[in-house]
Amino acid sequence: MADETTTSTPRSESPAGRPSGPGGRGPGGPGGPGGRKFFRRKKVCKFCTEKIDAISYRDVRLLQGFVAERGKIVPRRLTGVCTTHQRRLTKAIKQARNIALLPFAARF
Amino acid sequence: MQRFYEVMFIVRPDVADEDLDKLITGLEQTVTHGGGTLRSTEKLGRRKLAYLVRKFGEGNYVLLTIDANGSLIAELERRLRVSEPVIKFITVRMDEEEKRLAKVKAIRASRKKLSAIPAEAPEPAAPAAPAPASAAPESATPASA
Repeated sequence: MADETTTSTPRSESPAGRPSGPGGRGPGGPGGPGGRKFFRRKKVCKFCTEKIDAISYRDVRLLQGFVAERGKIVPRRLTGVCTTHQRRLTKAIKQARNIALLPFAARF
Repeated sequence: MQRFYEVMFIVRPDVADEDLDKLITGLEQTVTHGGGTLRSTEKLGRRKLAYLVRKFGEGNYVLLTIDANGSLIAELERRLRVSEPVIKFITVRMDEEEKRLAKVKAIRASRKKLSAIPAEAPEPAAPAAPAPASAAPESATPASA
């Protein structure tokens, strides 16, 4: 009985001790880009900081900063744009593509 | 109910200037006869197209901003579709966007006015409308104490 109590207590301590280590460090990695162990600096949304309200399909220069070389729309995890602005940006880019201000697929 | 629209269309590059003007005046008259108001007409000039449209690499861009109802827009689009010099067009509805922008601007103007009042203790611009109401008694209590 004495042996059972001494062997059970260290066994209960180690499973309790281990989750606290990776449990604290875990949210630090997937909090930024998924798959990295250390913290990547948080990119800020360009539209939120500069307080740009209207993203029009007409200002091609602004939109071109968010379009890749082949004409594809850059995902927001690379540009740091927030969700609302990414959705508006996507709508503007698709309108601009329809009116031949931006290409659908470039650099054949 | 008048809604605010932006109509942008591309005219083929080999039309003469006076033909282009004639086309634009014709469309403007369609708008005014149909009961709409024309806010502005902008000729954005000749631009290189991002891809070939009807074998053209360049086009004359024209932008019309109008206040109209839905049936007038349908008529205008039908005219643009059948007119031979127009190779592409897009109609974007802007009245909701305008309302949203006006609301944001109004919020920003009201915030700036409140922070400009020198009577209260210097406090950074309040993030929302309820905050200034709560900030006033908050700043008053340390002043009284």
